[in-house]
Amino acid sequence: MNLQPAGLSKDLICLRAAKELKPGMYVNLGIGLPTQVANFAPKGVILHSQNGVLGFGPIASEEEMDWELVNAGAQPITLAPGISFFSSIDAFAMMRGRHLDVAILGAYQVSEGGDLANWRMEGEVLGAIGGSMDLAYGAKRIIIVCEHTDRNGKPRIVKRCTLPLTGKGVVNTIITSLCLIEVTETGLELRELAPGVTADYVQKLTEPKLIMSSKVKEMEF
Amino acid sequence: MQAQLDKRKSPVVNKVISSVSEAVADIPDGAVIGIGGFGAAGTPYRLVLALAERKVKGLTVVATSPRQFESLIQSGSVSKVITPFARYADPSAPNPLLEPYLKGKVKVEILPIGTLMERLRAAGAGIPAFYCPVGVGTKVEKDKEKRRFGKRQCVLEHALPLDFALIKAHKGDGMGNLVYRMTSRCHNPVMAMAASVTIAEVDKIVEAGQLNPEAIVTPGVFVHRVVKGEKPPTNWIYRGIRMKEQKT
Repeated sequence: MNLQPAGLSKDLICLRAAKELKPGMYVNLGIGLPTQVANFAPKGVILHSQNGVLGFGPIASEEEMDWELVNAGAQPITLAPGISFFSSIDAFAMMRGRHLDVAILGAYQVSEGGDLANWRMEGEVLGAIGGSMDLAYGAKRIIIVCEHTDRNGKPRIVKRCTLPLTGKGVVNTIITSLCLIEVTETGLELRELAPGVTADYVQKLTEPKLIMSSKVKEMEF
Repeated sequence: MQAQLDKRKSPVVNKVISSVSEAVADIPDGAVIGIGGFGAAGTPYRLVLALAERKVKGLTVVATSPRQFESLIQSGSVSKVITPFARYADPSAPNPLLEPYLKGKVKVEILPIGTLMERLRAAGAGIPAFYCPVGVGTKVEKDKEKRRFGKRQCVLEHALPLDFALIKAHKGDGMGNLVYRMTSRCHNPVMAMAASVTIAEVDKIVEAGQLNPEAIVTPGVFVHRVVKGEKPPTNWIYRGIRMKEQKT
């Protein structure tokens, strides 16, 4: 019998990631899955987008949308009290200059040493670095949100990234469909397990050996 | 005494050009051109189209993604692209750069947006090169000089001067002063700084003195031509906008 735990839905991964955000934090959400963290972020989190906007409101409905008010993922956003617009020079100074508290990014691969690969997919010829490298090197804390394995069922958490890197040793926390892992100086430490998921099961789907934290607990939402 | 604008004095400078085709008429084969915009917002759609209609050859194009210069790819005008997104942000969308790249017709340099922006700013600010921590340990550092500052390893990045910048603003006056609308600002002010000749497509041309001097984002010294544009076609705008959350 082959009973596999389903793991968390994308919404639940984002809900768990949103719990890391606190009012007053300046936060950048990467293109793709990370943008959905906005749906669960606590009030008072100030969202930054690399196309030059800070403190915007929720995703706009079709009636509300203005084509000149979008986030970096080309989603229409809304005006909110305290919103500001600025040029890309300032937008990237905020990133590179360590003014952002957290960046939440997607990943194709994360390595044992916290290396991140998220700009060129397996088999892709060109690719899109976008602002991900600037964030990876600039934000004070990098949280990754992703499925635990790729679409072929292979581990995304690997000993060494085989895809081109976005940043070397930049990742702090990994939140996947199965668990929460902290990148520490001695390796990857398993801190939380999704409900119904065992540490053995996570280890089977993870290439490097995980450090089993004495503090490991079931994920809360 | 409080400073007052003397409205009887009219400016002698007039940078307003009567049509987009006239505004891009002297861009030669082989020019290095920057195109503003991030997604549809801030893209000088009409200027790019006018340039594509001239069927110039061998351009080096600096832009966020293929979205800014689709018409120039179709007209076969591009031989090199310097961009952070060598495809659309949505990886499942067909990539217009892929075929010309694979056939060797277009060279592609992919780089982090922030580094691109700072290379443009450096060009505009008279700084030949600078050290930057972004990209250390990745393909970005290849063949570049490295140096450590304290704990941070950095790579040497060079200024990227443009021959021409095609940019989009909301309002412009005859002096070339510009203001932008919301996220249409994006790369446009820095593209303007980096170019020998900056051509601004605007929604509205106003008389000098009508823009609030304290709200001007790009001062006229960076802008050489101002031309009235038209809103891009709705289907082009909406093709890039994702109303629903992206599948990953």
